[in-house]
Amino acid sequence: MTAIREDFAEILKLVRPGARVLDIGCEDGELLELLTREKGVDGQGLEISPEGVAAGLARGLAVVQGDGDRDLDHFPTRAFDYAILSKTLQQMREPRHVLSELLRIADQAVVSVPNFGHWKVRWALLSRGRMPETGALPEPWWSTPNIHLCTLRDFTVLCDELELRIDACAALAEGHPARPIDPRQPIENWRAETALFLLSRKAEPEAAPSVRAQQNLFGELETPKVEAPAARRKRRR
Amino acid sequence: MTAQAPITAGIEIGGGTWRFPASQPLRLDSGAKLAPLEIGYKTYGRLNADKSNAVLVCHALTGDQHLASTHPVTGKPGWWDRFVGPGLVLDPERHFIICTNVIGGCMGSTGPASLDPATNAPYGLKFPVITIGDMVRAQAMLIEALGIETLFAAIGGSMGGMQVLQWAADYPEKLFSAVVIAAAARHSAQNIAFHEVGRQAIMADPNWHQGAYLAAGVRPEKGLAVARMAAHITYLSEAALQRKFGRELQRDGLSWGFDADFQVESYLRHQGTSFVDRFDANSYLYITRALDYFDLAAQYGGVLAEAFVKARHVKFCVLSFSSDWLYPTPESRDIVRALNGAGCRASFAEIQTDKGHDAFFLDEPLLDQTLRGFLAAQAQARGLP
Repeated sequence: MTAIREDFAEILKLVRPGARVLDIGCEDGELLELLTREKGVDGQGLEISPEGVAAGLARGLAVVQGDGDRDLDHFPTRAFDYAILSKTLQQMREPRHVLSELLRIADQAVVSVPNFGHWKVRWALLSRGRMPETGALPEPWWSTPNIHLCTLRDFTVLCDELELRIDACAALAEGHPARPIDPRQPIENWRAETALFLLSRKAEPEAAPSVRAQQNLFGELETPKVEAPAARRKRRR
Repeated sequence: MTAQAPITAGIEIGGGTWRFPASQPLRLDSGAKLAPLEIGYKTYGRLNADKSNAVLVCHALTGDQHLASTHPVTGKPGWWDRFVGPGLVLDPERHFIICTNVIGGCMGSTGPASLDPATNAPYGLKFPVITIGDMVRAQAMLIEALGIETLFAAIGGSMGGMQVLQWAADYPEKLFSAVVIAAAARHSAQNIAFHEVGRQAIMADPNWHQGAYLAAGVRPEKGLAVARMAAHITYLSEAALQRKFGRELQRDGLSWGFDADFQVESYLRHQGTSFVDRFDANSYLYITRALDYFDLAAQYGGVLAEAFVKARHVKFCVLSFSSDWLYPTPESRDIVRALNGAGCRASFAEIQTDKGHDAFFLDEPLLDQTLRGFLAAQAQARGLP
């Protein structure tokens, strides 16, 4: 087997054995499979591409074809121990909403974000006056999927606003072992190319919406019901 | 009661008609009781020693139990024989595959063409209205009679998928995994509308005789054929019809009349006339009605997720087809969201195809691949080879 990706190796260290894990943007399920094999987690993946879903299923994983922007709302509160969002937060339409959803659905979130404050990014912008293309952000501006980039500082500020606690943070760089950091140190906003966070809530999440409270999520077209005879009687077994 | 008859491929095929005594009636959602109950079924493969390898395949509206063996009426191969066989997705060397004719059907299970014990004549319209829940309750009786406590998997497409959802709601303790293909948790207004066209076509046929056509020695073939033609259009996609037929003509030039000028007309007429040879018109009325009444959420206070809260141990696989406009992808997404909402582990994929609703009968490599991957993982979890 090839070497484990740096971020995967770090996530593997963070996740408790046997935990319930939701991996958002699980791609071909490599991380979930690793977590299942090494930590015996009970995993669920969410992946937008049909090829990714098929690959995940072939690995024996539970994967739903869906979109982190739209489909998180449908998961019940505290259904998972961990929600993992690896390098895709900056691709979401509403990263702030997604982040708070992660910590509604799960007790802890594992989130990695490329740092737009990294010195290479700042230098590229300053010296060439053009959108940076770096190892962590390789695509040109016109084709990048990253629509909501942020710096390390932006991210910690958002965590504060959402009343999230940073339980752990590590700087990741390709080919280097993860380096534990204090993300609030200004120097890390220059040094860390990508940062991996373990987050939790400072306060309890809002009262868990019961399954019943999600009623209106199950069909915008819900019209006043004319009950079928079969439905009229309460089911019994 | 099982008549085993090995076929050339070496698959053990069993089944026949299971007759429940009158003391064991089927209790229907309408409040009526159906007795005596008969269930036509087929089995492929052998139940293993710990009875852990049983797979129930639920058929669609006009399907039957002849899943993977020659159809006794048409002589054609089974409706899902590309899925069932040695080395295939459902493998009789590893799985004990069961397929039952739904009640209300016409291939051996009690239906409107069966004899009503009260009159000793065919039920006709005296047959009680049935539901998807009733079909599943009858299946559960057979599964129990066969000595099976838990199904390794329940699998179905279209109406079969609805039965699988009903299984998950009514008998979650008897399910290990569930596969729902191209289905919905309720019938939409459009679905009901198309079925009503079909029913009206049958009832407008003078040979229908208010449902008592068997006594009159005739059959409402024209009406049933029209019903099938209308329904068949909904099983295909506009793109598939265009690809297959376009505006191609049967012969050179137009007839300037109402013969089947276009190939698509001839195709539909063939679909209609070949259907009447193997299907009973009243069965069509009753089964389409059962589908129309289907609304799983309504049985749980309007909240679909409530239907699945007892099925958290069941692994679900939900699949839809991108060009299916009969049970389009959003219907499957609703199911998946409800499963997630109930805390069930679910897989879901939309398979890209232009073949419409019928894609689940057809050669769709991604469908095979997805199902194979899912069932292999479930087999491992269940300790099956």
